[in-house]
Amino acid sequence: MRHRQTIALLALIGFFIALYLWLYKIGAIGVLKCGSGACEAVQTSRWADFLGAPVALYGVVGYAVLFLVALVGAQPAFATRRAPTVILAVLASSGLLFTLYLTYLELAVIHAICRWCVGSAVIITVIWVVSMIGLKTWGAGGVGVAQEDRLPVSLPPP
Amino acid sequence: MKPFYAVLGVVVVAGAGWLVWASRTTPAAPPATSGPVPVAADGFRGYVLGSDSAPVEVVEYADFQCPHCGEFAVLQLPTIRQQLIATGKLRWRLRDYPIGNFPWSRVSALAAHCAGEQGKFWPMADTLFLTQSQWGRSSRDPSGYFRDLARGLNLDRDRFDACLASNRYAGRIEASHQEGEARGVTGTPTFFVNGRPWPDERNVSSDRFKQVVDSVIAARHKR
Repeated sequence: MRHRQTIALLALIGFFIALYLWLYKIGAIGVLKCGSGACEAVQTSRWADFLGAPVALYGVVGYAVLFLVALVGAQPAFATRRAPTVILAVLASSGLLFTLYLTYLELAVIHAICRWCVGSAVIITVIWVVSMIGLKTWGAGGVGVAQEDRLPVSLPPP
Repeated sequence: MKPFYAVLGVVVVAGAGWLVWASRTTPAAPPATSGPVPVAADGFRGYVLGSDSAPVEVVEYADFQCPHCGEFAVLQLPTIRQQLIATGKLRWRLRDYPIGNFPWSRVSALAAHCAGEQGKFWPMADTLFLTQSQWGRSSRDPSGYFRDLARGLNLDRDRFDACLASNRYAGRIEASHQEGEARGVTGTPTFFVNGRPWPDERNVSSDRFKQVVDSVIAARHKR
């Protein structure tokens, strides 16, 4: 449960960062608060779009899905189910791979670093680490197993 | 569970408040003029560097406030001018593609066109890119700064001021932008080589331009 709550919280923060960048991309926000100015270099480059959609929009959708899955998984009714943990691990891994690709573009192609993108990269990395810990501890005495182990005890005698 | 939801609530309120604050303190770019800008029909096809007989033409769609365009103009274009344009291999055509995110895209393009009216488009374009960090981050209209640049380029300031005030090249800029959209331009800088999209969008170095131009010329000689 704890790892799902942690992921929900981190995903919510990541969602607002991605939303901020997307609002900038669609023109709702005029200038990014960036300091170095490199955020605009990144956000206005041709690599700020992926398959015809702004990269930031992928972040908005991705973090929203991560948040919803983690939030649902954190409910008591889902505490003994392994599926949310697996889905979170898959989503976090996909997000991490996409982030690695974007970070490569920033460093090797665009030659500019957007601080908000770095913030998002840190968040998705931590989410991935937490999701892996959740996946690993599930079968080694995690909450779900402990509760599942208790189930036979409560069964009525034959 | 309650503290968890309390923390989520704090994040939601803080995030939403931050977004509202960001959108109010840095509002979206104002249009250069109120209402739709009439598209110029004067057939203007951009300012050109290089020989009319050059075998290769590169069309660049750029935004004077775009940092990536500035970086390209400052770091790569001088070498391209020296190695390819000055040697008669390449002709360079600059087209405006003002990006909506930047508040001063159109007024900076207008400044360049107003300098062009006095025969100094390229010096003004170079200066705009070179000084981009000075005026690009300003929250106030940088027209005054552009007037100072015009004075530094020995332009007739009254004429330059009148040109800026009249907004007379807004239609040209909009026409160029629409042309870029029709060609699939989505960001800047975007290049076309003899009408074809730049073949290596991850590499826009002067060395890569030399390779591409030389290969186009070599292919022409083989025919």
